Amino acid sequence: MTPVVKTVNLVKIYSDGAVPVPAVRGVDLQVEPGEFVAVMGPSGSGKSTLVHMLGGLDTRTSGEIWLDGKRVDTLSESAWALLRREKIGFVFQFFNLVANMTVGDNVELPALLAGVSPKVARERRESLLAALNLTERADAAPAQLSGGEQQRVALARALANKPSLLLADEPTGNLDSRNTRDVLRLLGEVHKEGQTIVMVTHDARVAALADRLVSLFDGEIVDDGRIARRRSRTAGEVIDLR
Amino acid sequence: MRLHLLALLAKEPAHGYELKQALEQTFGSAYPSPNIGQIYVTLGRLEKDGLVRAVDVEQSNRPNKKVYYLTAKGRDLLTTWVDEPTEGPRVRDEFFMKLVLAPLTGIADRMALINRQRRHYLSLMSDLNDLLERTPPADRVAILLIEGAMLHLQADLDWLERCQEDLA
Ligand SMILES: Nc1ncnc2c1ncn2[C@@H]1O[C@H](COP(=O)(O)OP(=O)(O)O)[C@@H](O)[C@H]1O
Ligand SMILES: [Mg+2]
Repeated sequence: MTPVVKTVNLVKIYSDGAVPVPAVRGVDLQVEPGEFVAVMGPSGSGKSTLVHMLGGLDTRTSGEIWLDGKRVDTLSESAWALLRREKIGFVFQFFNLVANMTVGDNVELPALLAGVSPKVARERRESLLAALNLTERADAAPAQLSGGEQQRVALARALANKPSLLLADEPTGNLDSRNTRDVLRLLGEVHKEGQTIVMVTHDARVAALADRLVSLFDGEIVDDGRIARRRSRTAGEVIDLR
Repeated sequence: MRLHLLALLAKEPAHGYELKQALEQTFGSAYPSPNIGQIYVTLGRLEKDGLVRAVDVEQSNRPNKKVYYLTAKGRDLLTTWVDEPTEGPRVRDEFFMKLVLAPLTGIADRMALINRQRRHYLSLMSDLNDLLERTPPADRVAILLIEGAMLHLQADLDWLERCQEDLA
Protein backbone atom coordinates (compact mmCIF):
# COMPACT_ATOMS: atom_id res chain seq x y z
CA MET A 1 0.00 0.00 0.00
CA THR A 2 1.20 3.53 -0.73
CA PRO A 3 1.82 5.42 2.49
CA VAL A 4 -0.35 8.50 2.99
CA VAL A 5 2.64 10.42 4.30
CA LYS A 6 6.32 9.84 3.72
CA THR A 7 9.15 12.17 4.59
CA VAL A 8 12.79 11.57 3.74
CA ASN A 9 15.47 13.31 5.78
CA LEU A 10 13.19 16.29 6.26
CA VAL A 11 14.91 19.41 7.56
CA LYS A 12 13.66 22.84 8.53
CA ILE A 13 16.00 25.60 9.55
CA TYR A 14 14.44 28.97 10.30
CA SER A 15 16.89 31.60 9.16
CA ASP A 16 14.79 34.76 9.51
CA GLY A 17 16.43 35.72 12.81
CA ALA A 18 19.99 36.62 13.77
CA VAL A 19 20.98 32.98 14.25
CA PRO A 20 19.55 30.10 12.21
CA VAL A 21 17.24 27.84 14.24
CA PRO A 22 17.23 24.16 13.25
CA ALA A 23 13.63 23.22 14.14
CA VAL A 24 13.36 19.85 12.36
CA ARG A 25 16.54 17.88 11.86
CA GLY A 26 16.32 14.95 9.52
CA VAL A 27 12.91 13.38 10.07
CA ASP A 28 12.02 10.12 8.32
CA LEU A 29 8.37 9.43 8.91
CA GLN A 30 5.99 7.10 7.14
CA VAL A 31 2.26 6.93 7.87
CA GLU A 32 0.16 4.13 6.38
CA PRO A 33 -3.48 4.52 5.30
CA GLY A 34 -5.82 4.39 8.28
CA GLU A 35 -3.09 4.92 10.82
CA PHE A 36 -3.55 7.32 13.74
CA VAL A 37 -0.20 8.78 14.79
CA ALA A 38 0.16 10.96 17.88
CA VAL A 39 3.13 13.33 17.99
CA MET A 40 4.40 14.37 21.39
CA GLY A 41 7.46 16.14 22.72
CA PRO A 42 8.51 19.13 24.80
CA SER A 43 7.72 22.67 23.76
CA GLY A 44 10.08 23.78 21.00
CA SER A 45 10.87 20.24 19.85
CA GLY A 46 9.59 20.93 16.33
CA LYS A 47 6.12 19.38 16.41
CA SER A 48 4.26 22.32 14.89
CA THR A 49 6.95 22.91 12.30
CA LEU A 50 6.74 19.28 11.23
CA VAL A 51 2.97 19.15 10.77
CA HIS A 52 2.93 22.56 9.10
CA MET A 53 5.38 21.28 6.52
CA LEU A 54 3.24 18.18 5.99
CA GLY A 55 0.33 20.47 5.15
CA GLY A 56 2.37 22.78 2.94
CA LEU A 57 1.92 25.71 5.33
CA ASP A 58 5.66 26.00 5.85
CA THR A 59 8.40 25.28 3.31
CA ARG A 60 11.06 22.69 4.01
CA THR A 61 14.76 23.55 3.98
CA SER A 62 15.79 20.18 2.57
CA GLY A 63 14.52 16.63 2.25
CA GLU A 64 11.39 15.22 0.66
CA ILE A 65 7.68 15.10 1.46
CA TRP A 66 5.37 12.64 -0.26
CA LEU A 67 1.58 12.55 0.10
CA ASP A 68 -0.40 9.60 -1.29
CA GLY A 69 2.62 8.59 -3.36
CA LYS A 70 3.14 12.01 -4.86
CA ARG A 71 6.13 14.24 -4.23
CA VAL A 72 4.78 17.50 -2.83
CA ASP A 73 7.66 19.48 -1.34
CA THR A 74 8.43 20.82 -4.81
CA LEU A 75 4.87 22.03 -5.49
CA SER A 76 3.99 25.67 -6.11
CA GLU A 77 1.86 27.61 -3.66
CA SER A 78 -1.22 27.26 -5.84
CA ALA A 79 -0.72 23.54 -6.40
CA TRP A 80 -0.47 23.16 -2.63
CA ALA A 81 -3.71 25.08 -2.17
CA LEU A 82 -5.49 22.69 -4.49
CA LEU A 83 -3.98 19.64 -2.82
CA ARG A 84 -5.00 20.87 0.61
CA ARG A 85 -8.55 21.41 -0.52
CA GLU A 86 -8.79 17.88 -1.90
CA LYS A 87 -6.76 15.84 0.49
CA ILE A 88 -6.01 17.46 3.81
CA GLY A 89 -8.11 18.48 6.77
CA PHE A 90 -6.54 20.90 9.24
CA VAL A 91 -7.08 21.75 12.85
CA PHE A 92 -4.45 24.37 13.57
CA GLN A 93 -4.53 27.18 16.05
CA PHE A 94 -4.00 29.98 13.55
CA PHE A 95 -5.82 28.37 10.65
CA ASN A 96 -9.00 30.22 11.42
CA LEU A 97 -12.62 29.88 10.57
CA VAL A 98 -14.13 32.14 7.93
CA ALA A 99 -15.37 35.03 10.08
CA ASN A 100 -18.33 36.18 7.99
CA MET A 101 -19.83 32.74 7.51
CA THR A 102 -21.98 30.86 10.01
CA VAL A 103 -20.61 27.92 11.93
CA GLY A 104 -22.72 25.56 9.82
CA ASP A 105 -21.50 27.00 6.53
CA ASN A 106 -17.89 26.86 7.74
CA VAL A 107 -18.33 23.14 8.26
CA GLU A 108 -20.10 22.59 4.96
CA LEU A 109 -17.75 24.62 2.77
CA PRO A 110 -14.77 22.24 2.47
CA ALA A 111 -16.96 19.40 1.26
CA LEU A 112 -18.59 21.66 -1.35
CA LEU A 113 -15.17 22.93 -2.46
CA ALA A 114 -13.98 19.35 -2.79
CA GLY A 115 -16.88 18.70 -5.18
CA VAL A 116 -19.14 16.60 -2.96
CA SER A 117 -22.87 16.85 -3.85
CA PRO A 118 -24.80 19.49 -1.86
CA LYS A 119 -27.03 16.81 -0.37
CA VAL A 120 -24.09 14.77 0.94
CA ALA A 121 -22.30 17.90 2.14
CA ARG A 122 -25.39 18.89 4.11
CA GLU A 123 -25.75 15.45 5.67
CA ARG A 124 -22.13 15.42 6.67
CA ARG A 125 -22.48 18.89 8.21
CA GLU A 126 -25.46 17.85 10.30
CA SER A 127 -23.88 14.66 11.56
CA LEU A 128 -20.58 16.32 12.47
CA LEU A 129 -22.27 19.21 14.27
CA ALA A 130 -24.42 16.74 16.18
CA ALA A 131 -21.46 14.55 17.11
CA LEU A 132 -19.67 17.55 18.60
CA ASN A 133 -22.73 18.92 20.37
CA LEU A 134 -22.79 22.02 18.14
CA THR A 135 -26.16 21.72 16.42
CA GLU A 136 -27.57 24.65 18.34
CA ARG A 137 -24.62 26.84 17.33
CA ALA A 138 -24.98 26.21 13.59
CA ASP A 139 -26.28 29.72 12.83
CA ALA A 140 -23.84 31.56 15.07
CA ALA A 141 -20.84 33.47 13.75
CA PRO A 142 -17.43 32.06 14.72
CA ALA A 143 -16.67 35.17 16.81
CA GLN A 144 -19.66 34.39 19.04
CA LEU A 145 -18.20 31.05 20.04
CA SER A 146 -16.07 30.15 23.05
CA GLY A 147 -12.52 28.89 22.45
CA GLY A 148 -13.62 25.30 22.98
CA GLU A 149 -16.53 25.67 20.56
CA GLN A 150 -14.26 27.16 17.90
CA GLN A 151 -11.92 24.20 18.25
CA ARG A 152 -14.77 21.77 17.78
CA VAL A 153 -16.03 23.65 14.72
CA ALA A 154 -12.50 23.56 13.30
CA LEU A 155 -12.45 19.80 13.79
CA ALA A 156 -15.87 19.35 12.19
CA ARG A 157 -14.74 21.44 9.24
CA ALA A 158 -11.50 19.52 8.88
CA LEU A 159 -13.40 16.24 8.67
CA ALA A 160 -16.17 17.48 6.39
CA ASN A 161 -14.73 16.21 3.12
CA LYS A 162 -13.28 13.01 4.54
CA PRO A 163 -9.72 14.05 3.71
CA SER A 164 -7.03 11.44 3.08
CA LEU A 165 -5.12 13.04 5.90
CA LEU A 166 -6.25 14.85 9.03
CA LEU A 167 -3.51 17.07 10.44
CA ALA A 168 -4.07 18.56 13.87
CA ASP A 169 -1.93 20.66 16.16
CA GLU A 170 -3.17 20.67 19.78
CA PRO A 171 -6.84 20.37 18.80
CA THR A 172 -8.15 19.98 22.36
CA GLY A 173 -6.29 22.75 24.17
CA ASN A 174 -9.38 24.66 25.27
CA LEU A 175 -11.86 21.88 25.88
CA ASP A 176 -13.52 20.98 29.14
CA SER A 177 -13.94 17.33 30.01
CA ARG A 178 -17.45 16.92 28.59
CA ASN A 179 -16.39 18.40 25.23
CA THR A 180 -13.17 16.46 25.20
CA ARG A 181 -15.26 13.32 25.54
CA ASP A 182 -17.28 14.28 22.43
CA VAL A 183 -14.07 14.95 20.52
CA LEU A 184 -12.55 11.66 21.68
CA ARG A 185 -15.62 9.75 20.58
CA LEU A 186 -15.67 11.41 17.15
CA LEU A 187 -11.95 10.87 16.59
CA GLY A 188 -12.34 7.25 17.62
CA GLU A 189 -15.21 6.80 15.16
CA VAL A 190 -13.59 8.43 12.13
CA HIS A 191 -10.41 6.51 12.87
CA LYS A 192 -12.39 3.26 12.94
CA GLU A 193 -13.85 4.23 9.56
CA GLY A 194 -10.31 4.47 8.19
CA GLN A 195 -9.41 8.13 8.61
CA THR A 196 -5.63 8.66 8.62
CA ILE A 197 -4.63 11.07 11.38
CA VAL A 198 -1.42 12.82 12.40
CA MET A 199 -2.00 14.75 15.59
CA VAL A 200 0.20 16.82 17.86
CA THR A 201 -1.15 16.73 21.37
CA HIS A 202 -0.21 17.05 25.01
CA ASP A 203 -3.51 15.52 26.04
CA ALA A 204 -2.86 11.93 27.05
CA ARG A 205 -6.51 10.97 26.58
CA VAL A 206 -6.33 12.03 22.94
CA ALA A 207 -2.89 10.55 22.34
CA ALA A 208 -4.05 7.26 23.82
CA LEU A 209 -6.53 6.86 20.94
CA ALA A 210 -3.63 6.65 18.50
CA ASP A 211 -2.12 3.43 17.20
CA ARG A 212 1.34 4.82 17.32
CA LEU A 213 3.34 7.44 19.15
CA VAL A 214 6.11 9.50 17.59
CA SER A 215 8.19 11.45 20.13
CA LEU A 216 10.18 14.45 19.02
CA PHE A 217 13.09 15.95 20.88
CA ASP A 218 15.26 18.76 19.55
CA GLY A 219 13.84 18.36 16.06
CA GLU A 220 14.51 14.64 15.84
CA ILE A 221 12.38 11.54 16.24
CA VAL A 222 13.64 9.88 19.41
CA ASP A 223 10.92 7.25 19.68
CA ASP A 224 8.48 5.72 17.24
CA GLY A 225 6.39 2.77 18.28
CA ARG A 226 2.97 1.30 18.88
CA ILE A 227 0.78 2.06 21.86
CA ALA A 228 -0.08 -1.32 23.34
CA ARG A 229 -3.77 -2.12 23.77
CA ARG A 230 -4.65 -4.14 26.79
CA ARG A 231 -8.15 -5.47 27.14
CA SER A 232 -9.43 -3.87 30.21
CA ARG A 233 -11.57 -5.04 33.00
CA THR A 234 -13.56 -3.03 35.53
CA ALA A 235 -12.68 0.28 37.14
CA GLY A 236 -12.02 -1.52 40.40
CA GLU A 237 -9.36 -3.66 38.78
CA VAL A 238 -7.64 -0.79 37.00
CA ILE A 239 -7.72 1.63 39.90
CA ASP A 240 -6.62 0.64 43.34
CA LEU A 241 -9.08 2.04 45.89
CA ARG A 242 -7.63 -0.14 48.65
CA MET B 1 -11.35 -2.10 54.41
CA ARG B 2 -11.74 -1.59 58.19
CA LEU B 3 -12.85 2.02 58.03
CA HIS B 4 -15.09 1.47 55.03
CA LEU B 5 -17.01 -1.14 56.99
CA LEU B 6 -17.20 1.10 60.05
CA ALA B 7 -18.67 3.87 57.88
CA LEU B 8 -21.35 1.55 56.52
CA LEU B 9 -22.18 0.34 60.04
CA ALA B 10 -22.50 3.95 61.25
CA LYS B 11 -25.60 4.19 59.08
CA GLU B 12 -27.24 1.01 60.40
CA PRO B 13 -26.35 -2.36 61.86
CA ALA B 14 -25.84 -5.04 59.24
CA HIS B 15 -24.61 -8.57 58.68
CA GLY B 16 -21.66 -9.47 56.51
CA TYR B 17 -23.52 -10.10 53.30
CA GLU B 18 -25.44 -6.83 53.58
CA LEU B 19 -22.14 -4.99 53.92
CA LYS B 20 -20.85 -6.61 50.76
CA GLN B 21 -23.97 -5.48 48.90
CA ALA B 22 -23.77 -1.98 50.34
CA LEU B 23 -20.16 -1.62 49.15
CA GLU B 24 -21.12 -2.74 45.67
CA GLN B 25 -24.08 -0.38 45.53
CA THR B 26 -22.13 2.63 46.79
CA PHE B 27 -19.10 2.27 44.58
CA GLY B 28 -20.55 0.59 41.52
CA SER B 29 -17.92 -0.92 39.29
CA ALA B 30 -15.27 1.22 40.96
CA TYR B 31 -14.76 -1.21 43.82
CA PRO B 32 -13.08 -4.55 43.27
CA SER B 33 -16.00 -6.79 44.20
CA PRO B 34 -15.32 -7.50 47.88
CA ASN B 35 -14.74 -11.07 48.86
CA ILE B 36 -17.24 -12.19 51.53
CA GLY B 37 -14.58 -14.13 53.43
CA GLN B 38 -12.45 -11.02 53.63
CA ILE B 39 -15.39 -9.06 55.02
CA TYR B 40 -15.94 -11.63 57.80
CA VAL B 41 -12.25 -11.67 58.67
CA THR B 42 -12.22 -7.87 58.88
CA LEU B 43 -15.39 -7.85 61.02
CA GLY B 44 -13.78 -10.38 63.36
CA ARG B 45 -10.78 -8.12 63.83
CA LEU B 46 -12.94 -5.06 64.38
CA GLU B 47 -14.86 -6.98 67.02
CA LYS B 48 -11.66 -8.05 68.75
CA ASP B 49 -10.50 -4.42 68.85
CA GLY B 50 -13.80 -3.36 70.40
CA LEU B 51 -14.81 -1.21 67.43
CA VAL B 52 -17.91 -3.23 66.60
CA ARG B 53 -20.02 -5.73 68.48
CA ALA B 54 -22.16 -8.55 67.15
CA VAL B 55 -25.52 -9.94 68.20
CA ASP B 56 -26.86 -13.30 67.10
CA VAL B 57 -30.17 -13.13 65.33
CA GLU B 58 -32.15 -16.33 65.07
CA GLN B 59 -33.39 -17.39 61.66
CA SER B 60 -35.90 -20.10 60.91
CA ASN B 61 -34.40 -23.12 59.10
CA ARG B 62 -30.95 -21.57 59.03
CA PRO B 63 -28.06 -21.04 61.39
CA ASN B 64 -28.13 -17.82 63.38
CA LYS B 65 -26.69 -14.81 61.64
CA LYS B 66 -24.50 -12.22 63.26
CA VAL B 67 -25.59 -8.61 63.01
CA TYR B 68 -22.85 -6.10 63.66
CA TYR B 69 -23.17 -2.65 65.12
CA LEU B 70 -20.75 0.18 65.85
CA THR B 71 -19.43 0.78 69.39
CA ALA B 72 -18.65 4.24 70.83
CA LYS B 73 -14.97 3.49 70.31
CA GLY B 74 -15.66 2.56 66.69
CA ARG B 75 -17.54 5.79 66.15
CA ASP B 76 -14.65 7.81 67.61
CA LEU B 77 -12.17 6.15 65.28
CA LEU B 78 -14.46 6.76 62.31
CA THR B 79 -14.91 10.44 63.21
CA THR B 80 -11.17 10.92 63.46
CA TRP B 81 -10.68 9.26 60.08
CA VAL B 82 -13.28 11.45 58.36
CA ASP B 83 -12.17 14.67 60.05
CA GLU B 84 -8.42 14.55 59.55
CA PRO B 85 -6.85 15.68 56.27
CA THR B 86 -5.78 12.87 53.97
CA GLU B 87 -2.25 12.38 52.63
CA GLY B 88 -1.95 13.37 48.96
CA PRO B 89 -1.11 10.67 46.45
CA ARG B 90 2.59 9.95 46.16
CA VAL B 91 4.43 10.51 42.90
CA ARG B 92 5.48 7.37 41.09
CA ASP B 93 8.85 7.31 42.67
CA GLU B 94 9.89 3.89 41.48
CA PHE B 95 10.23 5.03 37.90
CA PHE B 96 11.96 8.19 39.05
CA MET B 97 14.50 6.14 41.02
CA LYS B 98 15.19 4.04 37.93
CA LEU B 99 15.59 7.16 35.87
CA VAL B 100 18.03 8.79 38.24
CA LEU B 101 20.04 5.65 38.96
CA ALA B 102 20.01 4.04 35.50
CA PRO B 103 23.19 5.74 34.21
CA LEU B 104 25.12 4.28 37.17
CA THR B 105 24.11 0.77 36.19
CA GLY B 106 25.23 1.15 32.60
CA ILE B 107 22.12 -0.82 31.59
CA ALA B 108 19.80 1.68 29.97
CA ASP B 109 19.99 5.25 28.81
CA ARG B 110 17.54 7.74 30.18
CA MET B 111 16.07 8.72 26.84
CA ALA B 112 15.10 5.10 26.20
CA LEU B 113 13.61 4.73 29.67
CA ILE B 114 11.54 7.88 29.30
CA ASN B 115 10.28 6.90 25.87
CA ARG B 116 9.26 3.45 27.01
CA GLN B 117 7.52 4.85 30.08
CA ARG B 118 5.63 7.40 28.00
CA ARG B 119 4.20 4.69 25.81
CA HIS B 120 3.35 2.65 28.88
CA TYR B 121 1.39 5.59 30.34
CA LEU B 122 -0.49 6.01 27.07
CA SER B 123 -1.40 2.38 27.04
CA LEU B 124 -2.74 2.73 30.59
CA MET B 125 -4.64 5.80 29.44
CA SER B 126 -6.12 3.90 26.55
CA ASP B 127 -7.38 1.38 29.09
CA LEU B 128 -9.02 4.17 31.05
CA ASN B 129 -10.56 5.61 27.87
CA ASP B 130 -12.19 2.24 27.17
CA LEU B 131 -13.33 1.95 30.72
CA LEU B 132 -14.90 5.42 30.73
CA GLU B 133 -16.67 4.66 27.47
CA ARG B 134 -18.10 1.44 28.92
CA THR B 135 -19.15 2.86 32.30
CA PRO B 136 -22.82 3.89 32.39
CA PRO B 137 -23.29 7.61 33.24
CA ALA B 138 -25.39 6.58 36.26
CA ASP B 139 -22.31 4.93 37.80
CA ARG B 140 -21.13 8.35 39.01
CA VAL B 141 -18.67 7.22 41.64
CA ALA B 142 -16.89 4.99 39.14
CA ILE B 143 -16.80 7.79 36.55
CA LEU B 144 -15.26 10.25 39.00
CA LEU B 145 -12.71 7.68 40.00
CA ILE B 146 -11.71 7.02 36.39
CA GLU B 147 -11.46 10.75 35.69
CA GLY B 148 -9.26 11.14 38.74
CA ALA B 149 -6.97 8.37 37.52
CA MET B 150 -6.78 10.07 34.11
CA LEU B 151 -5.76 13.38 35.63
CA HIS B 152 -3.05 11.69 37.67
CA LEU B 153 -1.76 9.94 34.57
CA GLN B 154 -1.71 13.22 32.65
CA ALA B 155 0.36 14.75 35.44
CA ASP B 156 2.75 11.78 35.30
CA LEU B 157 3.15 12.30 31.58
CA ASP B 158 3.79 16.03 31.94
CA TRP B 159 6.35 15.30 34.61
CA LEU B 160 8.03 12.77 32.32
CA GLU B 161 8.42 15.53 29.77
CA ARG B 162 10.05 17.75 32.39
CA CYS B 163 12.45 14.93 33.23
CA GLN B 164 13.26 14.55 29.55
CA GLU B 165 14.04 18.24 29.18
CA ASP B 166 16.36 18.23 32.19
CA LEU B 167 17.91 14.80 32.45
CA ALA B 168 17.98 13.14 29.04
N1 LIG C 1 8.73 31.30 12.40
C1 LIG C 1 9.78 30.94 13.14
N2 LIG C 1 10.95 31.62 13.06
C2 LIG C 1 12.01 31.25 13.79
N3 LIG C 1 12.02 30.21 14.65
C3 LIG C 1 10.90 29.49 14.77
C4 LIG C 1 9.71 29.81 14.04
N4 LIG C 1 8.75 28.92 14.36
C5 LIG C 1 9.31 28.09 15.27
N5 LIG C 1 10.59 28.41 15.52
C6 LIG C 1 11.52 27.70 16.41
O1 LIG C 1 11.64 26.37 15.96
C7 LIG C 1 11.69 25.47 17.06
C8 LIG C 1 10.55 24.46 16.95
O2 LIG C 1 9.34 25.18 17.12
P1 LIG C 1 7.92 24.49 17.00
O3 LIG C 1 7.87 23.68 15.76
O4 LIG C 1 6.89 25.54 17.17
O5 LIG C 1 7.95 23.50 18.28
P2 LIG C 1 6.74 22.84 19.09
O6 LIG C 1 5.50 22.91 18.26
O7 LIG C 1 7.22 21.44 19.35
O8 LIG C 1 6.62 23.60 20.37
C9 LIG C 1 11.66 26.32 18.30
O9 LIG C 1 12.98 26.54 18.71
C10 LIG C 1 11.02 27.61 17.82
O10 LIG C 1 11.46 28.70 18.59
MG1 LIG D 1 3.61 23.80 18.72
